[in-house]
Amino acid sequence: MKFGVLRFPGSCDELDALAAARRVGDAELLWHGERDLRGADAIVVPGGFSYGDYLRAGAIARFSPVMESVIEFAGEGGLVLGICNGFQVLCEAHLLPGALLGNANRRFTFRQLALEVVNADTAFTRACATGEVLSVPAKHSWGRYYAEPQTLEAMEEGGQVLMRYAPAQNFNGSLRDIAGVCNEAGNVFGLMPHPEHAVDELTGSTDGLKIFQSMRLAMEGARV
Amino acid sequence: MARAHGGGVRARVLIRPKSGISDPQGTAVERALPALGFSGVANVHVGRLVELDVEDAAQLEPMCEKLLANPLVEDYEIIVD
Repeated sequence: MKFGVLRFPGSCDELDALAAARRVGDAELLWHGERDLRGADAIVVPGGFSYGDYLRAGAIARFSPVMESVIEFAGEGGLVLGICNGFQVLCEAHLLPGALLGNANRRFTFRQLALEVVNADTAFTRACATGEVLSVPAKHSWGRYYAEPQTLEAMEEGGQVLMRYAPAQNFNGSLRDIAGVCNEAGNVFGLMPHPEHAVDELTGSTDGLKIFQSMRLAMEGARV
Repeated sequence: MARAHGGGVRARVLIRPKSGISDPQGTAVERALPALGFSGVANVHVGRLVELDVEDAAQLEPMCEKLLANPLVEDYEIIVD
């Protein structure tokens, strides 16, 4: 299985995402100006500050040539994981509902968090158990998840809320403590905290690997 | 209507957080003003200003919908000079 990890001008977490993906499969960087996804089986849209976060985080990256291909790939059911700025890009691209607003604490905040897995029956969480708590870092200024009340209701009912901040961990003010959501079809997932930074005991947790392992399991299941 | 160089018009687009969505930046400014002795200030909101010359003013609204604003969380106002 091969992951394609996007790289925009201003990305900064693409190498960690690449290293995390390589722990469970092959992985290759994909430059934002190219349309060719080079046969990737799954796409990771990494964290950082694509195009300097100009205008709004993710607003300009969403129109890059590689994203045109990713939108098409997602439309055909391909797995797409957006982390932090990648989540913002996927919302701007309308691959995911909602938007990410400035943190309620008005600060760039970096901390190790407890994340609750709300739905483990998905392509991105099947290596976890529902209710399991993962230790993963978050680092962002614009992570306050917002969607309209009826959208939130539909997402909860449809099992699209995959991860929540555990009690007392929601520093950014996300509605309903939402940390990660998927689309209706279940093949696009956006998450503010960084699973790619939690793949080695050296940095305190390997829980983030479970997201990448889940994607691999989902791909292998699809091939059988 | 003022003519911008190269033809077309000069436009300003004001982008504001939608009412009802909390605006921490506005709140921070509102709290900072009394500390400087400015009293009687309420309902502070912070948004963005985009200035541009456009040949076809009819394109401004689709530009706002598609890129300049995020209509889910922001309102925009187009002012053509």
